[in-house]
Amino acid sequence: MESFFSRYRNPLVLLAVLLVQIIGLAVQVRRPSSAPGAPGVLLIRSWTLDLLGPPEHLVAATGNGIAGLWDNYVDLIHVRQKNRQLLQEVDRLRIEQAGLAEDARQAQRLQALLNFKEKYIYKTVAAQVIGSSGSDQSHLLILDKGSADGLQRDDAVITPDGIVGRLRSVFPHHSLLLEISDATSGAGVELVTTRLQGVLRGNAYGQPEIVDVLPDERIQPGNPVITSGGDQIFPRGLPVGTVDRIVPDPGHSPLVNILIHPAAHLNRLNEVLIITNTASQMPQQEVQDIANSELDQVQQKAADILAERLPSAIDPEAPPEELFTSIVNGFALEQPLPALHPPAPARPDQFTPGQTPPAASMTPGARNGPVRNGVEPPVKRNPSQPPLSGIITAPTPGIVVTGNPQPAANSKTGQPAKAAAKPAQKKPAAHAASREGH
Amino acid sequence: MALMASSRREADVPDYPIWLLILLPILALWLQSLLALHLPHFDVLDLPLLVTIYFAITWRNPIGGTLCGAAIGILQDVPTQHPLGVYGIAKAIIGYFAASIGIRIDTESLGTRLLLIPAFTLVHGGIVWLLETHLIDQPYAWIWWLEGLHAVVNAVIGVMLFSLFDRARRRD
Repeated sequence: MESFFSRYRNPLVLLAVLLVQIIGLAVQVRRPSSAPGAPGVLLIRSWTLDLLGPPEHLVAATGNGIAGLWDNYVDLIHVRQKNRQLLQEVDRLRIEQAGLAEDARQAQRLQALLNFKEKYIYKTVAAQVIGSSGSDQSHLLILDKGSADGLQRDDAVITPDGIVGRLRSVFPHHSLLLEISDATSGAGVELVTTRLQGVLRGNAYGQPEIVDVLPDERIQPGNPVITSGGDQIFPRGLPVGTVDRIVPDPGHSPLVNILIHPAAHLNRLNEVLIITNTASQMPQQEVQDIANSELDQVQQKAADILAERLPSAIDPEAPPEELFTSIVNGFALEQPLPALHPPAPARPDQFTPGQTPPAASMTPGARNGPVRNGVEPPVKRNPSQPPLSGIITAPTPGIVVTGNPQPAANSKTGQPAKAAAKPAQKKPAAHAASREGH
Repeated sequence: MALMASSRREADVPDYPIWLLILLPILALWLQSLLALHLPHFDVLDLPLLVTIYFAITWRNPIGGTLCGAAIGILQDVPTQHPLGVYGIAKAIIGYFAASIGIRIDTESLGTRLLLIPAFTLVHGGIVWLLETHLIDQPYAWIWWLEGLHAVVNAVIGVMLFSLFDRARRRD
């Protein structure tokens, strides 16, 4: 027996090492949920990351410092021009945001009616990518923030462009980010054009795809894809990417897989945002932003009205806020602000209680008020048609109303009420036709 | 001319400084993680595999090669989504066979290294593919041209790195 072990010592050691690792693999695969919490696994992962993390952090910090020196103190060409453009863009976007705010509120009301809870991003933590898995078969990144910064497992990770992935493991000062391009990832997504929902995961080549989808001719390359919120990880409505192409699912015919071109630049990630808190109400900052945008919009409208009426008093180049302030201040200090009155009505009010004469004093066919332009136009009647009972002549020439008299003019515009008049014009003819038929 | 195992073992017993034994695998893992992030397509190179092969073929001790490969592989598994052990198993096997071959043939010549490194790279890829697809049931795309590219790149870089490592080796 001793000779056997001494003779086959090397292969036996190899077998023992492989056996231990295969058993370890089997344990991890059989209990994937408990694997990160298992003491041995967690320790070795934590130790290795603690070993690899600091130098990577140092390199990243040094590189960022040099890049920051260059970007902030040297490479400042066109900064003012870019800043001006950005300010203009911010103003424009705030006004657009105000325009969309009412739609958003309506959507919230409808969602409340449907008992659907929208998730708003309440708090995010910015983290830097300091390392990768180093393998083309594994799409994991190492972040420089961990549980000490409030991160938790399965927190969603995004960039301003779109979603990136979720946290797979969280250690005190580091965490592992599983990208959406990895085969073991998963996210609930929705096609914007068709409202088709599905599961997004990476394929073997590292490209995200929506798997097992029924073929639909409406799905076209370029269609945008957003998160559906069904996975309870990503809030609904975050951009995911666009449809790249549709390929048949070899294992589940006739289903297809939709390959996605991700919106976030997964191959060039430097900084990411981790969503650490979501809520069913809009964050206070976002509410404040919308309120500011609406104020901007009001100011812009006031400035537009005044610029239209007083073009000489307005500097067209001034930004809306200054424009509004200068107009208000200028009028308040130098000249009285002209009162804006609604246009004078074309006809006197005959329908407000108290303005109408008593019915006893009214004569059928007579007019109670003055006629427009002071001239009584002749009432046009169809000579072949006898007057019907219940029909009175309307104040407007050529218009006949039945039953309750309708306002002859729009109170705001002073224009004749054409919409109300048209059916009244046709009704006698219809009556006449029916009578002729009889 | 290739030397026989017994004469080579007696003639040349490699001895590495302890700091090199510890530092080199960690450095390889760190560079692999960092450079793959910043250099596109750097992941065609597998620095931990090259370190495993080098230690195994120069030690010529299958047990040492096995343990060294297993340790480096498990550490390489840490920043991946694999369960710990996929790279550990693959590199343990590579370490064992590299050390076994190192006993029998001269692994210090350029030609031998240019043949051994791509062969071990392909075998390593095959083992990982086998484990991924049949043991833990994960999708793994085996693309021949890409695996060939891995082998060629590893061979070219490995030969240069091995000559650097040789200079740090103490000889008795």
